[in-house]
Amino acid sequence: MIRAISSIAFFVVLLLSWEAASRSGLYSPVLLPSPLNVLEYLWQSALDGTLWSATLVTMQRLLAGYGIGLLFGIPLGLLTARSRIMQDTLGLLALGIQTLPSVCWVPLALLWFGQTEAAMLFVVVMGTLWSVLIATSDGVRAMPPIYLRAARTMGSTGLHTWFNVILPASLPYLVGGMKQGWAFAWRSLMAAEIFVTILTGFGLGQLLQYGRELLAMDQVVAVMTIIIVIGLLADRILFSPWERFFHRRWGTGSVK
Amino acid sequence: MSLESELANARAERIEIIGVTKSFTTDRGTVVALDNVSLKVAEGEFLCLVGPSGCGKSTLLNIIAGLDEPTSGRALAAGQPIQGPGRDRMVMFQEHALFPWLDVTGNVMFGLRLKTGLSNKERREVAEYYLQLVGLEKFGRANIHELSGGMKQRVALARALAPNPSVLLMDEPFAALDALTREQLYGDIQRIWEARRKTIIFVTHNVREAACLGDRVLLFSPNPGRIQAEFHISLPRPRDINSVELARHSTEITAALKGFTSTAGRQASE
Ligand SMILES: Nc1ncnc2c1ncn2[C@@H]1O[C@H](COP(=O)(O)OP(=O)(O)O)[C@@H](O)[C@H]1O
Ligand SMILES: [Mg+2]
Repeated sequence: MIRAISSIAFFVVLLLSWEAASRSGLYSPVLLPSPLNVLEYLWQSALDGTLWSATLVTMQRLLAGYGIGLLFGIPLGLLTARSRIMQDTLGLLALGIQTLPSVCWVPLALLWFGQTEAAMLFVVVMGTLWSVLIATSDGVRAMPPIYLRAARTMGSTGLHTWFNVILPASLPYLVGGMKQGWAFAWRSLMAAEIFVTILTGFGLGQLLQYGRELLAMDQVVAVMTIIIVIGLLADRILFSPWERFFHRRWGTGSVK
Repeated sequence: MSLESELANARAERIEIIGVTKSFTTDRGTVVALDNVSLKVAEGEFLCLVGPSGCGKSTLLNIIAGLDEPTSGRALAAGQPIQGPGRDRMVMFQEHALFPWLDVTGNVMFGLRLKTGLSNKERREVAEYYLQLVGLEKFGRANIHELSGGMKQRVALARALAPNPSVLLMDEPFAALDALTREQLYGDIQRIWEARRKTIIFVTHNVREAACLGDRVLLFSPNPGRIQAEFHISLPRPRDINSVELARHSTEITAALKGFTSTAGRQASE
């Protein structure tokens, strides 16, 4: 309770001093919009639909790319963990590529795909794929081998073992990797949207960039707020339930 | 298959090991874990294998479980060559090896889910029966990490019993537990063996434990792993680990154990 009060108090003070600073006239209103202006922009753009359509476009890109990243990352990670040759080839490649900040894929994506949705998708997939692959492979290799032996004595073989032993045993790592992949994908998508104007859809990143070009600081700050909120919601909706489950079942936090 | 027939005792099987040798080759050379070992375990017998660590006890158990193959020699269960693991031979490991992503009932049901011919309701009832047998009927929904070491091994026992095996293989199942918990489990395991009549092969490095549980105790020696001596324990059951007659047997076994460990020591120092 005290913690909640201190959090609320902190944000109230923050907003009030922001408002006070913008009213003091010390700073140009172009550079420091008042929180009320930001709120007004949010209200307006929500009413005229700009905000929704930009959010929709961005989320579609994110989810499609993220989905593809998982679709390939998880199985490849499982294979990498269980096969020596895959580990020495693909595993090594993933480890190298993973050190590359995912924003760095943007120039390459533009050259390969031009100003298209494919470029966006590519950037998001690259952000997701490698960290998910590595986390999956780490998770499988961290599994105590005795689980496999126990499963075999109980008659588990082949696919049953994959789905009922190996996958659940590495789940805490896997979700850790999915969370990291999500963060990478989200960041690189924003970078790509800011760099790249494509006519098939205006995402949040583009809305942010237009704000800059129009010197509309209220728009810039408002879009930034939306981006933060989406990040927080994703964490709460997508990952927190899993982490709570691990905490309850394994008696640990998420492993990573 | 009906619930009654599922819960009826499976026929205990006999196990035969005929001239089994198992060697492991690693970077550091070749280890002969088992050297021409032969033994027979009768239907429903409780056999204990004792010996210092490294004398091939786990290796032998793994071969009987079908998790490992002998380098030479033959291993038979109910007269048939052992080819891979089977639910007629269940294993209880030293570490509990329970699956942390499943609750207690989920763990006990793991092997049952792979058995065809049972409805899910029947599987659940079978799991409940075995949890009750090990005294954990109230903990079906508990998570593994919430259990004490002794409770974990009870769950592991229930999980091993649930597919109704003919043979139960136990590899130092109580080694990591404190003395009080162990004593309780000695009582439980004897009671359960009376109730379920399995062939049990029980590995331990605790001589007293072996004398308390076994109809027969085989003493193994290391480098290479061999059977050194055999002891028949014909005390009535249930046996108390602290009884005087039991102490006599364990003294006898310990003497034999000291005999070859000290000769080995002398040979090494010569
Ligand atoms: N997978 C393996 N690879 C190499 N050596 C092994 C392996 N398993 C067992 N050994 C060796 O075989 C010998 C017997 O091991 P083990 O059967 O585990 O003994 P115990 O269970 O009696 O302590 C030991 O010297 C051990 O190092
Ligand atoms: Mg051992």
